[in-house]
Parts: sequence; C-alpha cells; structure tokens
Amino acid sequence: MRVTLLGPQRRPTLDTVAASLRLAGPVATITAGWQEREPDDGALSERLGSRDVNLSLYGRWLDVQDRNPDFAAAERRLRGVLEEVQEIYLLRLDHALQAVYAVQRRSGHDRLRADALAEAVAAVRELDAAHLHRISDVRGEFYQAWRPHDRPVIAEHRAAVARLLSDAAALVIAGGHVGVLAHTLHLFDVVPPPRSPVIAWSAGAMALTDRIVLFHDRSPQGFGHPEVFGKGLSVLRGVVPLPHARARLLLDDAPRMAVFARRFAPARCVLLENGTRVDTDGDGTCPPGTRVLAGDGRVTALEAA
Amino acid sequence: MTTVRGPAVSRKLAINNLRERRPLEPAVVDRFLARHEAPIVEGARCTFLYRGEADEVRLVHRIFGLPERIPLRRLRGADLWYVVVELPEGSRIEYQLEVAHGEQRERINDPLNRRLAHSPLGSSSVCYARGYEVPEWTQPDPVSRPGSLVDLVVPSRALRRDCQVTLYLPARFRRTARYPLLIVHDGGDYLEYASASTVLDNLIHRLDVAETIVAFVSPGDRLVEYANSAAHARYLTAELMPRLEEEFPLVGTPSARCLMGASFGAVAALSTAYRYPGAYGSLLLQSGSFVFTDIGNDHGGGPAFEPVVRFVNRYRAAPCRVADRVFVCCGVYEPLIIRNRSMVPTFEAAGMAVRYVEARDGHSWENWRDRLREGLSWIFPGPQKFFYE
Repeated sequence: MRVTLLGPQRRPTLDTVAASLRLAGPVATITAGWQEREPDDGALSERLGSRDVNLSLYGRWLDVQDRNPDFAAAERRLRGVLEEVQEIYLLRLDHALQAVYAVQRRSGHDRLRADALAEAVAAVRELDAAHLHRISDVRGEFYQAWRPHDRPVIAEHRAAVARLLSDAAALVIAGGHVGVLAHTLHLFDVVPPPRSPVIAWSAGAMALTDRIVLFHDRSPQGFGHPEVFGKGLSVLRGVVPLPHARARLLLDDAPRMAVFARRFAPARCVLLENGTRVDTDGDGTCPPGTRVLAGDGRVTALEAA
Repeated sequence: MTTVRGPAVSRKLAINNLRERRPLEPAVVDRFLARHEAPIVEGARCTFLYRGEADEVRLVHRIFGLPERIPLRRLRGADLWYVVVELPEGSRIEYQLEVAHGEQRERINDPLNRRLAHSPLGSSSVCYARGYEVPEWTQPDPVSRPGSLVDLVVPSRALRRDCQVTLYLPARFRRTARYPLLIVHDGGDYLEYASASTVLDNLIHRLDVAETIVAFVSPGDRLVEYANSAAHARYLTAELMPRLEEEFPLVGTPSARCLMGASFGAVAALSTAYRYPGAYGSLLLQSGSFVFTDIGNDHGGGPAFEPVVRFVNRYRAAPCRVADRVFVCCGVYEPLIIRNRSMVPTFEAAGMAVRYVEARDGHSWENWRDRLREGLSWIFPGPQKFFYE
C-alpha cells in the first residue's frame, strides 16, 4: 500500500501532493480528529479540487452515542479502564526511563555502562510491548463483549463507510486528536482500499501505524515521557511519525533523543515538519532524504541504500 | 503580558543621578517621577520612592529574610524619600509604605505605583522585579470559551449549616462526558483574588488542563473548619462529594478527585485526605500552614494554630499515604517556606509522588494564581499530548 506522510498542513502541500499522484476519482477524507470541527473541511475540500467525500467518522460516532446509549456507556467504561491502564503504565515507565537516564549519565567504565544502558532500554521496550499487548487485550475483550459489528447502528455506518471507501481513488487522513481518530477508525472498521494511496499528516500519520507513540517534551508540567498509546490501523509499519518534532521535542538533547530512537528501533522515528513529504510502501522503508532520529540521538537524513 | 525588564549590567542608578543634581528644585523631582515608573527597577535593584512631607517613611513587607520595616532616606533638599532594595530576578513582592508624622503612623499603598494586589485583607502595592511576568494565561483571553459558574447550597449535617458552593462547569460541558473533580478551599477567594475562573478557562482551552468540574467551597469559621476539623472532612467527603457525583457527570474514582487549598486551606485539604485515605487521588497544596514543632511547644503561630500543630506533628511522626500525588508550592519569601520544604520529604517518605515548586513570591493570592498552571496541569493534565494538528 502506498502511503504518503506529510508535515503539518498549516502551510498546505496537500494540493500539490494530490496532483502528483494523478488521482482519478473521488477522494475519501477523514477529519474525525478535529472532533466537533469535523464538518469544517472547506479548505481541505478546496485543496482536493472539491472531489472529496468526508467519511464523517466523528459524526457517525456521535450518532452511535445517541442511538445506542448502552454501547455508549460501555465505551465510557472502556475509556476509564484504558485511562487507568495508561496511568499505571506511565508510573512504571517513569521509573524505567529514570533508570535509563541515570545509567546514561553515570560516569565510569564505558563498556559496563553501555551494557547496563542496553539492558535498561530493553526493559523499557519490554514494558512498552507488554502495555501494547494489555491495551489490545482490553480492547479485544470489549469488542468481544459488545460485538459492535452485530449492532445495527454500527453495522449500518460500517457498511456506508466501506461503500465510500470502495469508490475512493485515495484516502486522506487529517490530524487532530489521535485518540479520537484511532478509536473511530477502529469502530467503523476503516480499511484503506489496497490499490489507492493513503495521504496522512500529523495525528492522521500516527493513526496509520502499528504502534501510536505520544510525545510532548514541552508541556506546562514539564517534559513527558514518550508513551505507547495503542495500535493504529497498522497499514504503516516500522515507522514512528513525529509531527511538529521541533516544536514538541527537545531535539537538541541528544542523549534523550538517543533513548527515544533506541527504544523504538528498528522502527524509524520520522520527523514530519512543515513541508515534509515521505512516500513509503507502508513497510517502513523511507526514501533517501527522510529526516529521522539516529541511534545517537541526532537528526539525520537517510542516505540512499 | 506585563514584563519588567531592566538592564542586566550594573550602572548608575537613576536615584543616584538625581541625588547629584543641584539645585534639586521640585520641578526636577516632578520630571524625575514622570520619567520613571515606581518602584524603579534597574537590574536586580529596585528603588522604592515616596514623595511628601513626613518624619519617617518605611517600606513594610512580609519578605522572609529582610528586615520587616525598611526605612526610606530623604533626599537632601527635596521631599522625596527612597530606598534601594536588591530583589532577585523573577521576584514579585507586595508591600506598603508606613508614613509617620510625629507619633502618628499611617500605612498606605504606594501612591506612585499603580500596581495593586488584592486579598480578603485589603490591597497592597506590588513590585515586579526584573524577569517577573504576569502569566498571560491568568488574563482574560477572548479566544478561550468561558466555563459557567453555578451556585449551589449544600445542607451539611456535619457542619450544621447550609454551605455555599460555586461550581465551575467547563465550556462545552456535556452530560455524556465524565469529568474529574477538583474541590477548592477558600473558593470565593480563589475566584476573586486568584482569577481562578479565567485561569481554568484559559488552561482548559489551551489543552494544558483536562476539562474539570471544580467545586469552590467557602468556610464558615475558617480557623476552626480548616484546622483539622473532622466535621469539615466529613462534609467534603461524605456529603458534598457524593452529592456532586450523583448530580454531575463525574468520573467518581479517587484518581479523578483532587483537594486543593492555600495556607489554612492546604491544611484542610491534607487533613481531610488524612481522615479519608484513598478517597482523593491528588492534593494541590499552596503555601500550606504546616506549622509544627520539633521540640517544645513554641510554634509561634498563636492559638489558632494549636490544632494545626497537633495534626502536623502527628502526621510528621507517622507519615502515611493519603493520596497518590501531591503538588506542593510555596513562595520563598514566606516564613512558611521552611515548613513546606520540610513536608516534601515527609510526603515522599509516605510513598506519594510529590511535585514541589518554589517561587520568588510571598504568601499571596497572586503567587497562588501564578502556580496554578504547573499544579493543575500536573494533577489533571490536559489532552495536549493527544493533539497533533
């Protein structure tokens, strides 16, 4: 599957990218990450030459809330459980990463320190993997218990979404709230048409991956640890998209960024800044010139193989 | 945003230039005062001024570490008084001037300074040292959608009175959503003197703080109810909280409940959590009046502090976990700074996650206002980490 990742669209490049792909037919769009602003897609439509069809996933989700209050209540309970799982994970993650940074800062025998650091990073990777597994289990149990596909209102919306997607020459996913976006993508069983390209930016790019990683080093309460949040659509593997990397990450803190890169390796941590375009086949292969976090924590451009 | 910036390098102070002027005609002083905003902030040095006839003028403040009443000098040949005080970068201090005529002493706000801070005890003048900025998120922002304030009366059997509660509901409040609950002691004062409603509007709008329902509670007899009162703790935990959780869409779990307070209000928050361990996941304690004694009974706080000292002494002797997370902040110019610093290892020893913040400020509502972003965003972080536009 062809996936094109873009930088944030405050300075839009979507129109030129879409033109370069020579799309023939309607373009399905997803702006569910914008939540209440989902229908405010006039500018997006303009850039796509007004041949867009918004899948209205957020609106559909609101409709499910209204028409199936039992399911809505169960979703709220699920959210509560997931939040608690996330909080406990963050508690453990904090300690695990503090250990990594403490070993990293320690002076002394280089070899010993390198070995200890590798073990400490491995412990964090295990924690991330266990957390992802636990989240998937919780979600799986929920889907098993509440069987959304058997609920008429959800089945109806899923069918409508599948119809719109089957006609689409491309799928465009905008940014916004990555949690809401990922949830609606799963709930309405969005499967990008295999032969049509997917174009995504910001939260949209993150929601395509097999492992959504949240990050924010400049929050008011101080830097937060990058955290695994859940699974996306998994049409893009081996990539951790980093939208607004310069604004959100302490990129100059090379030791910290090195831990970031090593923690998620072999996935590539790809910087998505204004004007970025990364064309990939969804397998994590990125073209030369793609800016990534290298193992030493510095930002580097990929060279041709 | 209000920023006071002065030159970082040492140079001759404006007041010293004026002192050298001869003759020092009133018109010269007029021009000097017209040219400079008082107090004059030049680097780390702040020149406080008073103009007028007097026998004595003193700078009165509550900065822990400086003499309480600092005399101003009269400029020879003029009716201008001055004193230069070094204030570390980022300081914000509240002060008044004491002007003496013979035996008569009057305490007034600085007539040359338009900046005032307000509190239930009245107003005082404020000096912003170099580097202090009034945080822009404390000021009304037309872009931030305002939440709504709803007044409730909660009859309390515990307190034997009807209790006034002002409830803050965030903008875009929805019955179908679930919100964390923040209970704020001295709620009326937080709303009036710490711009709490504006701060919440801004921090929620900017995604720094989660959409939260906030109960601003007000005391009856404050020094009784907030000094480790069982009745107060029962009111909050067994009466107010259940009622709010029944009537409003609250998450209703300990991790989504926080008690907050300043000064005696912080004691009330801690003692309530102490009496109901496990009920509240977080505490936000600002300049807590955590007065204690290590030996003897001389705590210096007066009779109102007796129950506080007994409670804090007991807690320090056997620290226990009363919440998961505790945010503690205090101004370094408060006498309470040592007490608050001492509580941090005590809380940590009890196994609670502690975030401790100090500021170059005093025991004041604007100090507590300025710390709300750090405190609230740590207690109930907003969804910023989820947004990638």
